Amino acid sequence: MSKSKPATQLKAETKTNTHKIIAKQDLASNIKQIQVLAPEIAQKAKAGQFVILRVHEDSERIPLTLVTWDNDGTITLIFQEVGYSTIELGKLTVGDEILNIAGPLGKPSEIKNYGKVAVVCGGVGTAAAYPIAKALKEAGSTVISIIGARNQQLLLLEEEMAKVSDEFFISTDDGSKGHKGFVSDVLKTLIDKNYGFATVYAIGPPIMMKVASDVTRPYKIKTIVSLNPIMVDGMGMCGACRVAVANQTKFACVDGPEFDAHQVDFKELMQRLKGYVPEEKSIIQHLNPLGGKCTCHQH
Amino acid sequence: MPPALMQQQQLQNRWQAIPMSSQKPAERINNFSEVAKGYTEEQALAEASRCLTCPNPQCVQGCPVNVDIPAFIKLITEHKYADAIRKVKEKNSLPAICGRVCPQEEQCQKYCVLGKKGDAVSIGRLERFVADLELTKPLTIPKPQTLNGKKVAVLGAGPAGLTVAADLAKRGYKVVVYEALHVAGGVLVYGIPEFRLPKKIVQAEVDYIKALGVELRTDSLIGRLFTIDELLEEGFDAVFIGTGAGLPKFLGVPGENLNGIYSANEFLIRVNLMKSYKFPQFKTPIRVGKKVAVIGGGNVALDSARSALRLGAESVCLVYRRSRGEMPARLEEILHAEEEGITCKFLASPTRFLGDEQGRVTGMEYIAMKLGEPDESGRRHPVPIKGSEVVMDVDTVIVAIGRTPNPIIQSTTQGLNTTKNGIIVVDTDTGQSSLDAVYAGGDVATGEATVISAMGSGKKAAHSIHNSLTR
Ligand SMILES: Cc1cc2nc3c(=O)[nH]c(=O)nc-3n(C[C@H](O)[C@H](O)[C@H](O)COP(=O)(O)OP(=O)(O)OC[C@H]3O[C@@H](n4cnc5c(N)ncnc54)[C@H](O)[C@@H]3O)c2cc1C
Ligand SMILES: Cc1cc2nc3c(=O)[nH]c(=O)nc-3n(C[C@H](O)[C@H](O)[C@H](O)COP(=O)(O)OP(=O)(O)OC[C@H]3O[C@@H](n4cnc5c(N)ncnc54)[C@H](O)[C@@H]3O)c2cc1C
Ligand code: SF4
Ligand code: SF4
Ligand code: FES
Repeated sequence: MSKSKPATQLKAETKTNTHKIIAKQDLASNIKQIQVLAPEIAQKAKAGQFVILRVHEDSERIPLTLVTWDNDGTITLIFQEVGYSTIELGKLTVGDEILNIAGPLGKPSEIKNYGKVAVVCGGVGTAAAYPIAKALKEAGSTVISIIGARNQQLLLLEEEMAKVSDEFFISTDDGSKGHKGFVSDVLKTLIDKNYGFATVYAIGPPIMMKVASDVTRPYKIKTIVSLNPIMVDGMGMCGACRVAVANQTKFACVDGPEFDAHQVDFKELMQRLKGYVPEEKSIIQHLNPLGGKCTCHQH
Repeated sequence: MPPALMQQQQLQNRWQAIPMSSQKPAERINNFSEVAKGYTEEQALAEASRCLTCPNPQCVQGCPVNVDIPAFIKLITEHKYADAIRKVKEKNSLPAICGRVCPQEEQCQKYCVLGKKGDAVSIGRLERFVADLELTKPLTIPKPQTLNGKKVAVLGAGPAGLTVAADLAKRGYKVVVYEALHVAGGVLVYGIPEFRLPKKIVQAEVDYIKALGVELRTDSLIGRLFTIDELLEEGFDAVFIGTGAGLPKFLGVPGENLNGIYSANEFLIRVNLMKSYKFPQFKTPIRVGKKVAVIGGGNVALDSARSALRLGAESVCLVYRRSRGEMPARLEEILHAEEEGITCKFLASPTRFLGDEQGRVTGMEYIAMKLGEPDESGRRHPVPIKGSEVVMDVDTVIVAIGRTPNPIIQSTTQGLNTTKNGIIVVDTDTGQSSLDAVYAGGDVATGEATVISAMGSGKKAAHSIHNSLTR
């Protein structure tokens, strides 16, 4: 029999997986891309799924979409620094480790040959839309992408999206590149030009998804959105992520994150996303007095 | 005899249990430290001396794992504490936990002969005493087992899974535990609050299991990361599913998605697992207003109510659709909650929630109930009294009306039979599911139950896995 320290002083979990950051890139102001070692997740990931990660022992669990995953055992995540946890993640550099990453989570997208599909995305939503566009294209769909942002500097993954699209459109709120206005305007124009979309994917800030789904509703085009409610466990245990779809309560982390846009109660989603604004502000002030201005709620 | 003990014995007689000291209510509602402080050695000796060491002990049949109660209590009276804990551990591998959270008055203590005339022997408190004493001593790690070449995957690191892992590791199996969350322990870490079950005690049990050679893989949600079929293909000889009943139920009444309305699971996960009670040091926020209503009458409701109080609520009201006598919570916790100033509204059930412009809850309408005929469970079923709706002001609501099994494994495993509530159907003698080499136990196979019953079914499953793999 071997003896050791008192039981209560033994070290916590020995980690079987270390999630080292092996590359990092600034994509736009406040938008960062990291490539992280996570071999099991990389092997299993499918378009439309996400991970939940925790940076340090005292950090929140935050959900981020899987953007790419590779045979070399890495995954790529793209995130916008909107509050404490994403800023904290942004402070990590190449060689640092992320304490926990659980995934892949959520149901994968239903990928098939839809005929003609529009992939409409805005802001950091483009990161979530990219793997879906790519998979749809590989499955034989004709992919028409519309990507948008507030201005040219904030446009994400332009080249990558263009590569997996049969046709590719850009829109910026200020007109600094492409159409001046919203992605939903471009979508409407294309629909009116008889593009004949069988399906529309709309991924971005809730307000953008709502407007896009309002555009397609009168045309009865099947529209899929990827919802981003507040999550804690991401495994169907807490109900924080609940959303009303066709007047039924669904858990976005296990029943989604994708849902039929025309059935989603966006007003409730937007209200629930604001549930902790005072705490989110206080933590930024409390812990990060100089650490930068909060850029959340641009909409 | 030490004077303190003499004094205590003068105050006590055979029919009265030695009380356990606890933090004063006024003090404890401001912290998350453990409420019940446990027996001192003298108190434990005095309490143990009350046991009649019955030759045909009734208490043992009330314990789901049949701890040899008179034997371990006798060893306490002989000051042989190390032998006492070994005796308990023959049947119960998590005694520091069970001593704290078993509903003893419904189990072992319910059958104690002393209970007919006075107080039953405080079996749980004595179990806790010897277990805690052992935790202060260096951990003795059993000799590494020679592996028998067989591999078993355990899904979920709650009490059921941890028990299976320990039992099989001791028999020479290579065991890998896959846990979806970032820590092991199940409800013991994410549900039951620190003031009732300090997390370092759970951690000590988990460390012990790892010392047995069990490999623990956290952040691994089975069903998404791997399916059961993949695990079996990969070379596991058997799989045990102990994934619990973690899916919260909601009331299904209008307004339930307003901000400020939590499932008990969300509330407790934030507080316990994510340590929101230490916000902003720990970064996960929690919002508790002034007037809190908690819906439900079980341990989960009480844990939520008492946590809300500790997070600064001015008033916390438990709203339960039956009456006090039907509350399923442990008696000790009900008494503790009442001392802390938690009020109860019995025979009431929410009918809708009202909110303000920002979508925050401001009120709860409820309807009065009366108790009707007994249902299948023998409990009288509550029936609403028409037209009795009243609105109560609230700014936080915690819904604690039950939980059903996590559905991810069930929905990704073909041929796994479940009931319509998602409970995995198993042979109650062996724990085997409808699939060969796949076993299940704990809340996922029974519906919400207790820590000790989850352990009991884990023991059974470990035994039959061993039998079938050595056949
Ligand atoms: C399935 C899913 C996939 C996502 N994928 C991406 C992605 O690929 N890239 C990206 O930049 N963002 C993504 N998000 C959003 C991202 O999780 C939040 O921006 C992040 O959690 C904000 O945390 P914070 O502490 O930095 O900001 P905070 O200041 O805490 O919050 C800013 C706002 O973010 C939202 N938010 C806060 N906490 C959470 C939480 N735990 N879960 C979800 N939303 C929260 C709230 O609306 C809040 O007002 C995704 C969200 C979901 C649900
Ligand atoms: C707040 C609360 C208070 C309670 N109080 C008491 C009490 O005082 N006394 C008492 O006896 N009982 C109490 N109970 C009940 C008791 O905790 C449970 O009966 C017991 O924990 C069940 O054990 P289990 O091992 O079956 O499941 P759990 O403890 O639920 O553990 C299941 C584990 O499986 C993990 N998991 C789930 N899905 C997956 C997956 N797909 N892949 C991998 N891992 C997965 C979960 O994360 C979890 O860690 C309480 C329960 C709650 C919620
Ligand atoms: S395990 Fe629970 S039921 Fe059994 S003797 Fe101990 S306290 Fe009593
Ligand atoms: S029934 Fe009571 S008195 Fe008898 S052995 Fe059990 S605990 Fe002791
Ligand atoms: S995030 Fe907890 S249930 Fe979805």
